[in-house]
Amino acid sequence: MAATQEEIVAGLAEIVNEIAGIPVEDVELDKSFTDDLDVDSLSMVEVVVAAEERFDVKIPDDDVKDLKTVGDATNYILKNQG
Amino acid sequence: MSKIKPSKGAPYARILGVGGYRPTRVVPNEVILETIDSSDEWIRSRSGIETRHWANDEETVAAMSVEASGKAIADAGITAQQIGAVVVSTVSHFKQTPAVATEIADKLGTNKAAAFDISAGCAGFGYGLTLAKGMVVEGSAEYVLVIGVERLSDLTDLEDRATAFLFGDGAGAVVVGPSKEPGIGPTVWGSEGDKSETIKQTVPWTDYRDGEVAKFPAITQEGQAVFRWAVFEMAKVAKEALDAAGLTSAELDVFIPHQANERIIDSMVKTLKLPESVTVARDVRTTGNTSAASIPLAMERLLATGEAKSGDTALVIGFGAGLVYAATVVTLP
Repeated sequence: MAATQEEIVAGLAEIVNEIAGIPVEDVELDKSFTDDLDVDSLSMVEVVVAAEERFDVKIPDDDVKDLKTVGDATNYILKNQG
Repeated sequence: MSKIKPSKGAPYARILGVGGYRPTRVVPNEVILETIDSSDEWIRSRSGIETRHWANDEETVAAMSVEASGKAIADAGITAQQIGAVVVSTVSHFKQTPAVATEIADKLGTNKAAAFDISAGCAGFGYGLTLAKGMVVEGSAEYVLVIGVERLSDLTDLEDRATAFLFGDGAGAVVVGPSKEPGIGPTVWGSEGDKSETIKQTVPWTDYRDGEVAKFPAITQEGQAVFRWAVFEMAKVAKEALDAAGLTSAELDVFIPHQANERIIDSMVKTLKLPESVTVARDVRTTGNTSAASIPLAMERLLATGEAKSGDTALVIGFGAGLVYAATVVTLP
């Protein structure tokens, strides 16, 4: 069953916590991965791969650069999840 | 049909000796920062690199190779006359004809050893090792010298903030020879030419010659795409090589991935779930990315510092421009 927006944000929060050590509660829709959450370009790849597995979605390299905020990633997953 | 007598090789092959050469000039991040807008902290956090070596005019591809090979031959306890073939992997030797391997074979004092160059980017060492194993077991050479050598400083765009800090120069060599026990496992290797754009030389030499571009060609890469492929796809290849050798990660002593970037190494170790007992090569910190030379250089350093010892079981994996890759399990010399 497809994940809801709330479930996706919670899942991304766990992933970002695991990869970058950011507290789960800091991961909110309007937060920028790079500027607010200290997720650099390489960690972002790890976040994307973990999100792909968790939400059964493909996020090609060309699309990763458009995922600036947690909201961007959430919307992308909502639209494309299997 | 006449019957052809087959050659007679050794039952198995193994690495008998390793040697390395690092250029005398040590280049800290501060020097890189003269041409790019970045910081020491940024470079370290994105790559783990603190210093790298850059070759001077005398430290040519051939000269560095001869130094590294001399050490490998001595380490193997053989003489140069016993070397039957010399395989050199490089992408940064700018005189392509004749192959630089012939000059190296001559300068080492081999007895007319077969000598040739191969081009397999950062997987070049694994490709050369696989050829060497085949030659020893098949019988066309008793001892084979495999050299990975690069002067990547010649192919670095010092104004490209994504790669200026990445590359280094050096040579690493191993002697592969006969063994009663298997010392080099099955190779898992391949190419993905559909991803050729992710790591490449910017333009052909002829474009520069013809004045179509003002800048000398350099190696460029798409960082995120390479990172994803290197970590997640190459972890699968590394696991396949381990499986092919009939081993589990618990039976592994050492992991020597191509020293591309410490972040790739960290992430691969995590993805492979390697036990803490496995020693991981992190030569990239002080050597940078030396492409085909990185695995033998890292191997030599681990043995020299005592972090690894002779007889240890090591998983080696090279991956890079092509894209190409090669992974195998070896017994350390």
